Parts: sequence; C-alpha cells; structure tokens
Amino acid sequence: MIILEAGRTDTNYWRDLWTYRELFAILAWRDVSVRYKQTAIGFAWAIIRPLITMVVFTVVFGQLAKLPSVAGVPYPLLVFAGTLPWFLCASILGDASNSLVGNSHLIGKVYFPRLIIPASAAIVALVDFAVSMVILAALYLWFGYAPGWQIILLPLFIVLGVAASAGPALLLAALNVKYRDFRFLVPFIVQIGLYISPVGFSSSVVPEAWRLWYSLNPMVGVIDGFRWCLLGGDSAIYWPGLVLSVAISATLLAIGVAYFRKTERAFADVM
Amino acid sequence: MGSDVVICAAGLGKKYLIGHSAGRDGNMSFREVVGDTVRGATRAIARLAKNQQIVVGASTEEFWALKDVAFNISRGDVVGIVGRNGAGKSTLLKILSRITEPTEGRVTIRGRVASLLEVGTGFHGELSGRENVYLNGAILGMRQAEVRRKFDEIVDFAGVEKFIDTPVKRYSSGMYVRLAFAVAAHLEPEILIVDEVLAVGDAEFQSKCLGKMKDVAGHGRTVLFVSHNIHAVERMCSKVLWLTQGRAAPMRSDVAIATGEYLYGAKSATVQAVWQGDNNVAANAYFDLTRVVVEGTAEQHVADGVFSNAENIKIIIKGYLKHPDPALNFGFDLFTSSGDHIIQSYNTDVPQAEWWKPTRGAFELQATLPRRTLNEGTYRLEIFASIHNKQWLLEPGSNCPSVVFKIQGGLSDSPFYVSKRPSLLGIVLPWQGQMRNAPAESPSMALSE
Repeated sequence: MIILEAGRTDTNYWRDLWTYRELFAILAWRDVSVRYKQTAIGFAWAIIRPLITMVVFTVVFGQLAKLPSVAGVPYPLLVFAGTLPWFLCASILGDASNSLVGNSHLIGKVYFPRLIIPASAAIVALVDFAVSMVILAALYLWFGYAPGWQIILLPLFIVLGVAASAGPALLLAALNVKYRDFRFLVPFIVQIGLYISPVGFSSSVVPEAWRLWYSLNPMVGVIDGFRWCLLGGDSAIYWPGLVLSVAISATLLAIGVAYFRKTERAFADVM
Repeated sequence: MGSDVVICAAGLGKKYLIGHSAGRDGNMSFREVVGDTVRGATRAIARLAKNQQIVVGASTEEFWALKDVAFNISRGDVVGIVGRNGAGKSTLLKILSRITEPTEGRVTIRGRVASLLEVGTGFHGELSGRENVYLNGAILGMRQAEVRRKFDEIVDFAGVEKFIDTPVKRYSSGMYVRLAFAVAAHLEPEILIVDEVLAVGDAEFQSKCLGKMKDVAGHGRTVLFVSHNIHAVERMCSKVLWLTQGRAAPMRSDVAIATGEYLYGAKSATVQAVWQGDNNVAANAYFDLTRVVVEGTAEQHVADGVFSNAENIKIIIKGYLKHPDPALNFGFDLFTSSGDHIIQSYNTDVPQAEWWKPTRGAFELQATLPRRTLNEGTYRLEIFASIHNKQWLLEPGSNCPSVVFKIQGGLSDSPFYVSKRPSLLGIVLPWQGQMRNAPAESPSMALSE
C-alpha cells in the first residue's frame, strides 16, 4: 500500500531503490552502450583521452617545468597514476551533474527513485575507468615496473574517489534541474580542478607547511592514495591529509544525498 | 476504506506558483533567485526599520491545478477522466503515478501501479528495436524476465519482426509508435493509468489498441483513462470522473449520460435551441450579441428545438454592432452528439458583392441549412466571430455561445428511406433513372448528375 502525501518522507526509499535495481541496471547498460555509438573508434576514446593527457602533462610538468618525480618512478607512470582517478572523478562529476536534465523526458513521465539516473551515469565513468586500466598495464610492461602489495588496496581508493565526486555531483545535479547556471559551472570546476589537484605532479612538491591546507581538496587524498597503491609504496602517503580527504568526501556525500532527496520530489514540477 | 477500494483520494490539491519569478520556461536562473533574495532582504530590513511587518504579498501568484478532489476507485473499475484542457486531468494522473507530489490531501493506493502517460517513454534512437523493448519495459515497471517471456508476442503485436535489430531511429514513425504501444499493451499491473495514448497511430491501429485496453480492463484490473476521444470513454469506461477547473464532480456510473453532458457543456443534455444575451461569455469591443436561435421553416414544429429533417433550418444571429469593422465576420461550427465536427461556415463564404456592410446599430445575420442535409440526431452549434486573419472575438472552444437542437423524422419522401442511416449525414441526393432501349444491355439504372 502506498500513501501519497505532501512532504511525506518516504520510509521505503531505500527498499524502493532495491526494487528498481533492474531499471538501474538497464539504464546503466543503455548509457554505456550509447556512449560510443556512431563513433569510429568507440571505446578507444576511453584510452586515448587519458593517454594524451598523460603525454602532455609529462612533457609540461616533467620536461619543461622539471618537477621532480618520486624516487625510482618514471615520470609518465607518476602522471598516469594521477590521471586515472582524475578522469574517473571528473567524468562522474560532469556526467552525473548533467544526467537529470538529459533524462528530463523520463522524469516527467514515470516514477522511479531519481537517484538511479546519476548513479547510472557514474557506472559509465567506472566502465571507462576499467578500460583505461589497460594503459596502466602497458606502462608497467614498458617501464618494467612492478607494483607492490599495496595494489590490492586500490578498490578502497576507487570507493573514496567515487564518494568524493558523487557528493558534489548529486548536489550539482539537483541544483542543475532548477538553475541551469550550474551546467556552465561544472566544466569550469573540472578545468580548474585539473590544475589545483596533483595530477601532473606529485603532491610532495607542495611545501610541508601547506600540505594540510592543500588536502582540503578531497582529490588530493584520492590521487595520493592511488599513487601509493600503484607505485608500490614508493609514493608515501600523507596520513593527516588522507583522513581529512575521507572526512570531507563523506560530508560532501551526505550533503549531496540529503539535498538530492529533499528536492527530488519536485524535479518533475521544475523540469 | 472498504476492502475493494484500491485508490482513495481525499482533499487532494496541487498548487503551482506562477508569476514573475518563475521564468518563461519555468526555470529560474540563479541570478533571479539571488537578486530576489537580496531585494527581499533589503526590503525586509527597510520594513523592520519602519517597524512594519516583513511579510507582504508575494510577488508570485498561486494557481491550484487541483483542489479538494476526493474519490474512491474500486477494484475492476474502468474510470474515464474527462475535462477540458487545463481542468487538471494530467496533474491528477501525475500525482497518482507518483511523478509529482500533492500540495495537500492524501491518496492511498493498493496494488502495483503502472502509468502510461506517453507511449515510448525512454525510447533511444541509437538502440535497436529489441534493446528498446527491454529498456522501455523496465521503465514501465516490467521485470526483465516478464519482458523476455512476452517478447515474441510484443514484436508480433507491433508487426516489426523484420526490423527488430535495426536502430529505431531508422523506423518510420508508424513502426515506432506501434512498437512502443506494443510494449505498453503487455503491461499487467493491478492498476493501469493511461493518458491520451490512443491519440496515436492510424485508425486501424487505434482500434487495435482500444481492443487491447478493453482486454486489460476485462481481466479485473483497475484502469484510469484520460481521453478526449469521448467515443473511447463511452465504450470502455464503467465510471466517469469529471474535472472542471481543478475540481472533481462526484464520480458517476451513468457513463453515456455523463459523456453527453460533457459534450454539450450543459448541466443537462436537453435541447436548447435559443441562446440569449449572457454577454459575460461573449464580451468584446466590437459587438454585443443578444440572441442566437435555430428555427425550422415548417408551420408546425415537432417540439421546441426539435425539427423535422424535411424543414430548412435557419440559424439566426442577432446583436448590436458597437464598432463596425469591414473584416468582422461571423460563423458557426456544427457538431454531432459524439463530437464529430461536420460543418464550419462563415458569413463571408458567399461572393464579396453579397457580403453585409457592417455599420453601427442592430444587426441580424441568417444562414440556412438546406433540408435533409443532416441526419436524425442531436446537434450542437457554436457561434464564432473574428476580425479576419487578426483576432478571435468569439473563439471556437473557448467563449462561444452554443445552442443544441435535434432533428427527428422527415428523413425522405421515399417509403424505403424512413429510418436513420448510419452515416454522418442524411443527405437526399437527386437520383435519376431511365431505361435505355438498346436490347443487348442488361437492365440497369443509369446514373447522371
């Protein structure tokens, strides 16, 4: 039995979400299979974009700016260990925050927990991420580099990366429904973020006194964690920064989910 | 609530805010909100300083799309929801389908609901027909296993076997709609909510859909059905819920009478061949309308407003011209009782030399509908007026005065043609027949005009 009433907090929300798991799966599958339709090289895009970014950043930061790598780690590998999580998070932020507007025809015509839509956009980013792991394997072979045991902890940092980007993405997605201004803000955030996050350089180049402040950007913890896992512990982890990253990501996620749930009942009215 | 009541609505209302802060496309820009907030705060501070109340009349206007709507729907009911545009039908369906939430009141629903507010929701052009069937099925709330089981049946119903692995963007619009409806037609919810989806496809496909819907209803499921097609409502529904400007009249089971009343826009479907002077309806700057009347030309009428088909029917429009304009014209639309639009006529249909010359003062316009043009039945006539190509003064479907009259008997002078024909019109055509005396030819009647 369903009761529809104004401002009723849906006690069944999470159970509903489970009921709609098939819809979630099929929407995620739709988004994945449509993403590279009618492109000539298809999934190769998921490889080319991070690969070119890696090359450019290696040249700019490694060769021109001559920033130091971590001891014993080739600069391209250092950059790529940062590019991987960056593309994952940037895609989640960019795609999920536009996903509601892109699916407005669904929202206006059928009911389902709206959380499914940005979630399926995040799945697409994860699939792209998995594909670009191929480059990582190739780089390991090329440089004859063997990762350490730390690599088995990578899934934890993937979760952290998803959490760090999902919170802001949900918030922006919900805001975007009402105020289309945020559509213009998101690419801007992603562009700035690429330079203020330690993608092209190691966060160890940041002066010690500023390290904690620098870690207010949750991406710092995510990228440092990735490097720690992928570069066999050669890249040391800055623990206070990581703790701060986790705390900020969790807070953003809580805010994002709360705001999303508060506004989602009115999405169809303001679409 | 009784055990077999599946939908119970009480005090249901839905408010929308309209006004300057809701932009033209309904999306506020962030700047507007920030601006409003800043302006609001400044004003509030100013008012505080003057020791006045902070809250004053909001700059937005409230609009109740639904208000105080209450009804109970029992298991197995097939309910037709009727009402003019903007009466709140779609809003009601959106609340019942959980797309939007009510502003006040509550609805209790028992059973699995599937809503069909559109055919082909979520269809993606890049995906094949097969993929879209699964996608659309999931969107409409079907389990994947259920779609798999019914897949062949769905494709068969749509008649697109050959193209099932082609992207739907290559489909003709007919194929697209057929496939989309086929998926929807195989939904098996306990409660089905349908909005106007029968208004797609060709006539043959529409009747196929209607048949399918009837099937669904026949299996003890509850159906809520919005349509402008009153025929469909009359044929399918066991109850009618009539919405007027967001308010619902009590649910009725006398479907035929209720749909009749809906069509005639009157409280009762009685014949009323005279309209006189309610100028609130017809108010405009050019003229006052005083009287519209339909008259028969026979000496003896069957009854008031009831004419024999053997009479010429005169349509007389009387009024007072306040502001003559050479482009001012009048006309009428004639509808059958089932809503078919059979005639539209303007007073300027005749050669220009015969047009009236509008001047200030009382006027009378008259049109004659030749005898034996119409069939037996009840007809509704709406008077409209416009400044040609510029502006409606009495706009069809909006503020037109209308009259209702009935044709009964007098169908022909022939002993063979005495009962109502199934056709829309009952015109008696001038037939001629004569024998040709060439022996080789079979006896036949020659046609000539």
